[in-house]
Amino acid sequence: MRFVDEYRNSELGKRLVDRIHRRSKKPIRLMEFCGGHTVTIFKHGIRQLLPSTIEMLSGPGCPVCVTANADLDRAIALARFPDVVVATFGDMLKVPGSYSSLQEVRAEGGDVRIVYSALDALDMARRNPDKSVVMLGIGFETTAPTIAASVLEASREDVSNYYVLSMHKLCPPVIKALLDSGEVRLDGLVCPGHVSAVIGSRPYDFLARDYGIACVVSGFEPLDVLQCIDMLVAQIEAGKPSVEIAYRRGVRPEGNVRALETMGMVFENCEANWRGIGVVPESGMRLREEYRRFDAESVFEVEVSLPREPEGCICGDILRGVKTPLDCKLFRRVCNPENPVGPCMVSSEGSCSAYYLYGEGLAD
Amino acid sequence: MCLAIPAMVKSVDGLSAEVEFGEVSRRISIWLTPDVKPGDYVLLHTGYAINVIDEAEAIKTLSLLEEAADGLDSWNG
Ligand code: SF4
Repeated sequence: MRFVDEYRNSELGKRLVDRIHRRSKKPIRLMEFCGGHTVTIFKHGIRQLLPSTIEMLSGPGCPVCVTANADLDRAIALARFPDVVVATFGDMLKVPGSYSSLQEVRAEGGDVRIVYSALDALDMARRNPDKSVVMLGIGFETTAPTIAASVLEASREDVSNYYVLSMHKLCPPVIKALLDSGEVRLDGLVCPGHVSAVIGSRPYDFLARDYGIACVVSGFEPLDVLQCIDMLVAQIEAGKPSVEIAYRRGVRPEGNVRALETMGMVFENCEANWRGIGVVPESGMRLREEYRRFDAESVFEVEVSLPREPEGCICGDILRGVKTPLDCKLFRRVCNPENPVGPCMVSSEGSCSAYYLYGEGLAD
Repeated sequence: MCLAIPAMVKSVDGLSAEVEFGEVSRRISIWLTPDVKPGDYVLLHTGYAINVIDEAEAIKTLSLLEEAADGLDSWNG
């Protein structure tokens, strides 16, 4: 596939790895924020190829994983409402909430349907006027504009049975929260590529300026990630942290202005609850007053019990970058993709799933 | 979940477009990239084009990758 295969050339990759070995002198710690990058790094064994000077940490960039149980429980409760169809991206189906999962509710007769796009959910609403279709708004800045566009379309056509349960989250504020907690120290950040396709690279400026962290926006093929790491090493070795874009084919400094406008028309920022991290101000999005009639949270009165976490699961610590799946007593022994205990094993982009599928800890 | 794949625009009809990736074609929304034309490549995410791929930059990156692998010093030129 064009714009994909060219960036998988392994011979070029080897030479880039050599270059990183030559250039990296001081011990540094980099975080890949995005779960998509975690998958690329594990799948291609990039951690093992890097010099011992570079330590890679996985960040909280998996929307499924960071959805707090309190929010997930509400989605699950909605699926029990009569005449409600919950439309969701497939990843959410198996995630265990406090007491049940969407999959379990579906097995008990709840109407939960997997969609590929918010467009499908909107279509479902058009075709089933006697049902209320609730699209679960899970995702970062990559996905939020698509859900926003679906709301604008519903509004334009006056589709009165389409709703969104917005659990969207914003990346820059949570990166700040992680750093401010003082729990993790970072020298550089592999910035998320498709979040940045929307928001651009400027929202990371404060990281270089105020926190002295090197930032490079990366694509998702192995050469993209190696290029990004090499650029980060160069910045850090030169002692000049800044914000650069390696993924120039997909990301401009200003982002996609039309997508940002669409998102801003429908959503306003609010605090959000992140699994393992807690409530972070200005890190979530809710529907604006003008679009409240599409807001599932305002329209349906959902009551849920106090949330609880799966016993023994340390997803929260993993999402903060302070532990790895290997620190979890349940990893592999009890928890695996067939029988996941926590979201980091359910999501294909979760750290536990990446460790499980691509080898690290196999000897364990 | 922030996965997006490159897809080529075949035809445009208002705010919707027919795109092709690999052997698959699909109708998508171009609400977020209303100016795309047939022949453009977009980043496709959950049924929407979230940005247009800059082909010139893609080619430049590849030659920079070659140069960097050959040991030249800078990513910037
Ligand atoms: S291995 Fe399973 S139980 Fe352990 S942290 Fe990961 S998801 Fe939770």
